[in-house]
Amino acid sequence: MSPRAQSRGLTRKMENENLYQYILGIADNSLILGQRLGELCGHGPSLETDIALTNISLDLFGQVRSYYQYASKVAGNDRDEDTIAMKRPEREYVNVLLVEQPNTDFGYVMARQFLFDVYHFMFLTELQNSKDMTLAAIAKKSIKEVSYHLRFSSDWIKRLGDGTEESHKRIQNAINDLWTYTDELFHQTDADKKMIADGIGVDTSKFKEQYYKQISNVLDEATLEVPDLKYFQKGGKQGIHTEHMGYILAELQYMQRAYPNMEW
Amino acid sequence: MSEAQIKSLEEEFEARIARDEKIEPKDWMPEKYRKTHIRQMSQHAHSEIVGMLPEGNWITRAPSLRRKVALLAKVQDEGGHGLYLYSATETLGITRDEMFEQLHSGKAKYSSIFNYPAITWADMGAIGWLVDGAAIINQVALCGTSFGPYARAMVRICKEESFHQRQGYEITLKLAQGTPEQKAMAQDALDRWWWPSLMMFGPKDDESPNTVQSMKWKLKRKTNDELRQQFVDQTVPQAESIGLTIPDPDLKWNEEKQGYDFGEIDWDEFWQVVKGHGPCNKERMKARVSAWENGQWVRDAAMAYAEKQQLRKEKQAV
Repeated sequence: MSPRAQSRGLTRKMENENLYQYILGIADNSLILGQRLGELCGHGPSLETDIALTNISLDLFGQVRSYYQYASKVAGNDRDEDTIAMKRPEREYVNVLLVEQPNTDFGYVMARQFLFDVYHFMFLTELQNSKDMTLAAIAKKSIKEVSYHLRFSSDWIKRLGDGTEESHKRIQNAINDLWTYTDELFHQTDADKKMIADGIGVDTSKFKEQYYKQISNVLDEATLEVPDLKYFQKGGKQGIHTEHMGYILAELQYMQRAYPNMEW
Repeated sequence: MSEAQIKSLEEEFEARIARDEKIEPKDWMPEKYRKTHIRQMSQHAHSEIVGMLPEGNWITRAPSLRRKVALLAKVQDEGGHGLYLYSATETLGITRDEMFEQLHSGKAKYSSIFNYPAITWADMGAIGWLVDGAAIINQVALCGTSFGPYARAMVRICKEESFHQRQGYEITLKLAQGTPEQKAMAQDALDRWWWPSLMMFGPKDDESPNTVQSMKWKLKRKTNDELRQQFVDQTVPQAESIGLTIPDPDLKWNEEKQGYDFGEIDWDEFWQVVKGHGPCNKERMKARVSAWENGQWVRDAAMAYAEKQQLRKEKQAV
């Protein structure tokens, strides 16, 4: 191979690596949030919420499959969707810290969902315009589901905020505790920046203000306070997670680790 | 109402059922009919939601994304069946909260099968294949039952259940065709779930007190033993065709009756589990009760919010 062809090959490999990382950056959020919601199945406060949360988990895993199947194609090696989902070491998962936070109570579950849904909806709205046709198509399909998630979680924030004294206190606590993880949603990795420059990725900085505005509107209607916090947590996008993550992966990866290289 | 009037209503009621007419919630019905239906239908609804637990337990550990999605969808269906059946039962004049109260206090029963633990992935196959398989045999018979809301619920539920059964069989098939380790996992699951599945059809006919009345009201079209025989005859060839062995040394084909003879069920175990002392009875109830108690503040909030919204609306109207 000529040096030039070799360098062309290398460039393509780099581009693919950026795209691959970019897809994981989107999909891992849905994977880990879906996994958290999956823990709740059969334990919801009412049959209706139980079914709805399971449904959201199901939607998220459906989206995850589309993303990883595409990532597998981009990687062009023997990594299939399950290898990508279940066989990476913890440091290679790039989901934000918000989605790995535990199901402390229904308030935390809804606050986590709401803080993510507002972002997710805005993100997918933009991703529909991606130059990458596959990502645009996944976004188009997913946004219908996510608009339902957003309505569901926003409604519950209002119900809990403007419900009883106890529910008001609980949801305010949850929002306060999880607020510290919101800023990370807008951090951009090197792969993100490269993909934005190529017209494939979404420039999240464009809707950051809008994100906080929509959230404060809902919190306002729910008679809740917008936390006044200056310090935020980060690390998930670099694969540095909270201590919860290992346990999530222990369950997620259990079968693939205990019985490697088998078909199910 | 005089006794003679009641008697005439009862006669007309039984005649309607005999003519295969459906009884609807607002129709007159004997008190015993109402009570029997509340008991059976709520028991059925409870079985659906308690049944979410052993499978829900495997959602986070499903071996592939495809299996995870299918399992989530299945457990969600079960929640949907529960919701549907509770609503159908409410038409008989009992609230869902009252039914939950009966479940949590132990007054109402649910299917004993869910008091067995789901300990390996192969159990997801066995539950779908055997447990849903047995449930369908019971439920197909109920599609023609006399109480309209119950019959209609069954028609819809049966469609989804048969999908679940195929899914469970397919999980088992995949394992049976897999590595020796996977095949052993599938056989182990069949060994553990076979007898409890046979128990799902209830006591033997001569020990089943409700059969005669239930037959008359079409709550039953076949007896426990007939349904059990149907299940065995249907399932044995399915096991054989994927190379698994039914754990019953007495099982053999009976040419004369054109069905299988099979060994004796351990009725001591059956009654032990029914009476609340199976491997998971306490855990299952604890999970349901704690979901309910931990959810109280959420349900209270939803109620308070709805009331506030209503008040606001009324104020605006004024």
